[in-house]
Amino acid sequence: MTTTDMPRKVDADSVRGVAKKGPRGGRSGGLRRAVPATTLLWVLAAIYAVPVLWFVLSSFKPAGDLFSLPLTLFPNNPTVSGYKAAWDSANFSQYFINTTIVCVIATILTVGVSCCTGYALAKYDNKWLKVFFVGILATTMLPGEVMLAPQFLVVRDLGLYNSLAGIILPAVLTATGCFMFRQFFLTVPDELIEAARIDGARELSIFLRIMVPISRPIMLTLAILSFQWRWNDYIWPLLMLNDPNKFTVQIGIQSLVGAQNINWSVVLGGSVISMIPLIVVFLVFQRYVMNADINAGLKD
Amino acid sequence: MTERAPDVSVSPPRSRSKYTLAPLVLIAANVVLFALFFLWPAVIGLVYSFTNYTGVGAFQFVGLDNYQRLFGDSTFFDALTRTLLYTVLFVPLNFVFSLLIANVLVSKHAKGVSVARVFFFIPWLLSPIVVGVLWRWLFGENFGLVNYFIEKFGGSAVPWQSNADLSLMVVVVAASWAWTGFSMLLFIAAIKNVPTSYYEAAALDGAGAWRQFISITLPSIAPTSFIVILLNTIHAMKEYPLFASLNNGGPGTTNNLLVQYIYQTGFKSGQIGYASAASFVLMLILMVVAIVQMMVNRRVENR
Repeated sequence: MTTTDMPRKVDADSVRGVAKKGPRGGRSGGLRRAVPATTLLWVLAAIYAVPVLWFVLSSFKPAGDLFSLPLTLFPNNPTVSGYKAAWDSANFSQYFINTTIVCVIATILTVGVSCCTGYALAKYDNKWLKVFFVGILATTMLPGEVMLAPQFLVVRDLGLYNSLAGIILPAVLTATGCFMFRQFFLTVPDELIEAARIDGARELSIFLRIMVPISRPIMLTLAILSFQWRWNDYIWPLLMLNDPNKFTVQIGIQSLVGAQNINWSVVLGGSVISMIPLIVVFLVFQRYVMNADINAGLKD
Repeated sequence: MTERAPDVSVSPPRSRSKYTLAPLVLIAANVVLFALFFLWPAVIGLVYSFTNYTGVGAFQFVGLDNYQRLFGDSTFFDALTRTLLYTVLFVPLNFVFSLLIANVLVSKHAKGVSVARVFFFIPWLLSPIVVGVLWRWLFGENFGLVNYFIEKFGGSAVPWQSNADLSLMVVVVAASWAWTGFSMLLFIAAIKNVPTSYYEAAALDGAGAWRQFISITLPSIAPTSFIVILLNTIHAMKEYPLFASLNNGGPGTTNNLLVQYIYQTGFKSGQIGYASAASFVLMLILMVVAIVQMMVNRRVENR
């Protein structure tokens, strides 16, 4: 043991010695550089954080205190009455259930369908696959907002008007999702598939039993993105839904703001409630989002 | 075919193309969705743009009437100019801030990067509706935090909502704030891919941080800059929810943007044909933007 310890110590010392001789004389130089960089970083972070902080803290103020001068950062008498009012008013709990249904089903379908398509585009070589690939590319050029009216008519003619399915189904095809899976499966060696074929595996079982499991990181990344897109969707649900019992959270909040005299206490409470699920999902899965190689172009 | 099996390693594409059923099954769902929710609407949208369809009943073909009417429609032009102005203001602001933040985040010297990163990212998670509400709350004319501080330091309240240009500016700032997280992610990935040896060589030659940024970082991340600018431009041209909740296109109708215009003519006044024509003008603009930016990008890369 001692013999192995010795060189390690020497090593560590020499490494430290090298570090000290590094540019601008080691520690003190590092500190001199760390201070401005760190200050800049945190000044910027504060600029970005303050609006949310002010918003969230205000939501805990009683309605009477919202506008009382001088403004205080922290609520003097913190209360959740704004939250209660938002939750009780305008069927907020129903909006929440509706949005959750939309997000969960749309996300599952999006991930599944994109995984299949991405795999086919990456690992098979047919003329019509190439044609379809160009078709998917075209969807990024002609986004939904541009086709609001005709898309609305089609979905209405399919009998999906005023139903949650009318929001979910058109959202399932996403170019981003297909590209993400395609990029991933291109990196998977063909030999893996060939070996399975030689072992007598059938095409779809290769996909289901080998490819689907190894693509889990991409699935999670796309799931988070899809969840966020659907949770934050506004204009399409606004067009599709007529029955207030089917409204989503975003429509609910917007209808609160649209009123002539805004009840800020309710609006603040409702808005903060609406952002909680996404923040939670993000904080749990943030390493996937942060490490995702999203160069395929995130739209939606 | 079985005799050719050894060929597999030499020309995998040929061997792959003998599978037809499996890829067909795999893409079937997306093909159906594509046909139903993209191809069909695109085709009937184009057809309707030449008609006076109202969404129900019969319609007549009116040729290019809708398009001609659009060019004489001052409301449409106001929405178009406002949209372009918004885009021209938002894209550079977002670019500068997200690039600055990405650079600070990859800096070896800054402390607390992983925590700070979350602060930049949270605005991107918020829905445009909530972002709109939040900035409306900050920039309220009689009650907002911003005017409170302006008055506290001796200024007079600024009419953030009732002045059309200021109102647009608030949306620009709000959008840049909200979209930083996304652009920043793309920039971080790109900056991390620049070989460190470039910087070491530059440092040996005595190049300072600014010089290194201009001569190494900026050219190296040009493709990513292109993607960021393209995606943000397209996004800005389609903006609507943020306006809906921040100022509702106001004051009055001055800040009605293109998508809002399409929504109102198509769904509020039931002029589907006319709205479809407006949609196709928007699409043409988006395509021109994409093509121009691609050409610029190609020239930059070939340089």
